[in-house]
Amino acid sequence: MIKRIGYALAAPTIAAVVAILLSAVVLLINGSDPVVALQAVIEHGTQLETNIEALNRASALYLSAIAVAIGFRMSLFNIGVEGQYVLGAFMAAAVGAQISLPPVLHVLVIILTAMAVGAVWSGIAGVMKVTRNIHEVISTIMLNVIGVAGIVSYLLSRWKVEDANLDTKLADIPASGWMPSLNTWVELFTRDIKRVQLHGFVLVAVAVGIGYHLLINKTRLGFDLRATGANPLAAEASGVPPKRTIIVAMLLSGAVAGLVGLGQLLGVDHNYNLRFAQMLGFAGIAVALLGRNNAWGIAFAAYLFGWLERASGVLAIKGDAPREIVTIMIGVIILSAVIAFAVVERRRLADMVRQAAAATQEAPS
Amino acid sequence: MSETLAVELVGITKRFPGVIANQDVNLDVRDGEIHAICGENGAGKSTLMKILYGMQPADEGTMKVNGELVNFHSPKDAIARGVGMVHQHFMLADNLTVLENVILGAEPGHGAIDFAEARRHLDEVGEAYGLTIDPNDLVETLEVGERQRVEIIKVLFRGAKILILDEPTAVLVPQEVEELFRNMRELKAQGHTIIFIDHKLDEVLEIADRITVLRRGKTVATVEPSEVTTHDLAELMVGSELPSPETRESTVTDHVVLEVRGLTVDAADGSPRVRGVDLTVHRGEIVGIAGVEGNGQGELVEAILGIAPVSAGTLLLEGEDITKWSVRQRREAGFGYVPEDRHRRGMLLASPLWENTMLGQQSRVPFVKGGLWIDKKAARERSSMVVSDFDVRTPSIDVPAKALSGGNQQKLIIGREMSADIRVLIAAHPTRGIDVGAQAAVWESLRTARSQGLATLLISADLDELIGLSDRLLVMLRGAFTAELDPAEATPRILGGYMTGAVTESGQG
Repeated sequence: MIKRIGYALAAPTIAAVVAILLSAVVLLINGSDPVVALQAVIEHGTQLETNIEALNRASALYLSAIAVAIGFRMSLFNIGVEGQYVLGAFMAAAVGAQISLPPVLHVLVIILTAMAVGAVWSGIAGVMKVTRNIHEVISTIMLNVIGVAGIVSYLLSRWKVEDANLDTKLADIPASGWMPSLNTWVELFTRDIKRVQLHGFVLVAVAVGIGYHLLINKTRLGFDLRATGANPLAAEASGVPPKRTIIVAMLLSGAVAGLVGLGQLLGVDHNYNLRFAQMLGFAGIAVALLGRNNAWGIAFAAYLFGWLERASGVLAIKGDAPREIVTIMIGVIILSAVIAFAVVERRRLADMVRQAAAATQEAPS
Repeated sequence: MSETLAVELVGITKRFPGVIANQDVNLDVRDGEIHAICGENGAGKSTLMKILYGMQPADEGTMKVNGELVNFHSPKDAIARGVGMVHQHFMLADNLTVLENVILGAEPGHGAIDFAEARRHLDEVGEAYGLTIDPNDLVETLEVGERQRVEIIKVLFRGAKILILDEPTAVLVPQEVEELFRNMRELKAQGHTIIFIDHKLDEVLEIADRITVLRRGKTVATVEPSEVTTHDLAELMVGSELPSPETRESTVTDHVVLEVRGLTVDAADGSPRVRGVDLTVHRGEIVGIAGVEGNGQGELVEAILGIAPVSAGTLLLEGEDITKWSVRQRREAGFGYVPEDRHRRGMLLASPLWENTMLGQQSRVPFVKGGLWIDKKAARERSSMVVSDFDVRTPSIDVPAKALSGGNQQKLIIGREMSADIRVLIAAHPTRGIDVGAQAAVWESLRTARSQGLATLLISADLDELIGLSDRLLVMLRGAFTAELDPAEATPRILGGYMTGAVTESGQG
């Protein structure tokens, strides 16, 4: 038992130490003082507002990573989360602005629209794989370009409304389709929050995380997905229908991907505009890798990403180091984590092989 | 036979994580002799040979070749000293010719390949060895025995005087084995030294000049064939009496469980692999299928299980047409499957044992509850039961399947299929690559299931196993059943004749 906990903690600890050391080296090469920079980041990063922004960012990254992880669990590489969420949010914003419904129902329709669009977009890749054996990496990359650069750009230029600031955006979603901020709830436990809003959509991310955990670990479908990911030939022989499982996994992945951009849409902007955050789909791949496709691991990784992004903003402002340093640091952290996990996993397996061999020899033959 | 030692290994020790593959192993091979290495699976034979061939370094010990101390870092070093190895699994490029395969990696000429020189050298080697294959034939057109000869010639071409053959007879039928032995004697007459691994003891006694037996990574003895019987050798190998696969009294009923009518299976390229076969398996019966590998047995099994698409024909399970059923439907109706390659088709190597116990039965009770959820508690209970009932040696049911030895993995697979509620068992090579103890356990499980009324289709390359366990024997050749035999009258020789098509049966079948 102690050994198990030891193995569980070893990898993150090694990764953190290596990452901090390497980041310090990067800062030194850049000519900045790592201690000063670290102090600045920690000081800024421990403020309530920074953490709320980090949480907003993390919840979007979390959903993106869960979408990627659903595919990963069965060895499907859905690189198309990017296209699925941008297209999903765009269509949901368009639909949400055109309809008028009672408050909760309105939000629900917007959410379901985004999920359906995301699922359709990933489902195309699934159908192509099943019927024509086209690798999902190729098809989803193509679908990203078609979706974001093609459809969204074209329709935005057709459907845009211009306001006083000459902003290019879709029409606003009426207030019945907004999701309230969670600030008042957080303030019950903390001081007043200045400037920033905690997205209500964070709760949806939590629910998706729980759903993902249950689906993968507790259901028949989850077992089929994992079995296919671990050994597709054995899974097939065990009765898992390979084609149907691919389609189901792609649809689920796309549906979750559709949610990625909704925190910003429903909680803050209330319309689709040019400031809509992109690239979350690709970041989600890194987060899923770092979190090892595990609901808790991904939550931790997503928060780490979100926090680093927000907390490090201070580096640029104070002029201690360029902001890009953070990108390097995130890369260093991913690499350290992936390597540390691989090393620890190898040790753990060798340990188990040793135990199994010992058990074989002790037993009477 | 001179007294010079071609190979002298002293105190070789090799450790892998958790396992000592070789422990203080000594081996003397005289110049110009055929030296057999015997031992159960996992006794350390292959590891020892890999060390001698430079594929793995020894942790301790010294090696001498022709009296000189050597230290091989790669097979290249070994070949430079005249040591060559033919692996159990052939390493040939199917789409190249025999000549091209032989020279691959040792091409004569600088820059451009000097094919004339290569051909001249190959003819030299081939003549000495008695090569009867056209060097311009594509390897994919060759039979197994011929491919093996190409592998041996590949090694001779590189100038090897000491040949290591890793289980050369495992893939051959009896007639081909005789051919191989003729060739080995020929090579010996020309002054080559041959070290070969085998665990078919009558073969070893027939061909070897001396025999070294390994058990659990240690040298047990080096003996001469005239001094020992197969019985003695077996005792040396396992330290106790060898079990036999004999079946007891017949439990066959006239109730047909599985019926196959006119089954045809085509490969992806449209070529027929199974040609309109008929087959019935009764309750309490084991039907054995003999055949040289690649004659459609694999496709037949996959079609019955529903993995491979059926081109024509009907499958009936107790009278019900299941031809169009999915694999899952068949599993749920009571199909058990012991796959030919347990790592490819039978296990999730990185997943814990208790999850592996569910595999194939994950949609049935006790593993599901409420139709949707996995019943982890029941799955773990079942897994513990399989582990104890089928003597799977493991520290716990939470270790990943890959931590277990092959024999224990196989016992887990057999156990999970047998403990499920099944009517039909398709067992493909159920004892391949596992040690004698596990083999006996597997045979016992098959016999028990048979007496409880299970209908079993057994495919095996181990002819003694087929003859010993089956109630009825079918021989499969080029996608069709060419003979039906009574195991009481069949011998490996007779089966071998049918398997190669040298003997054909008329009237029956």
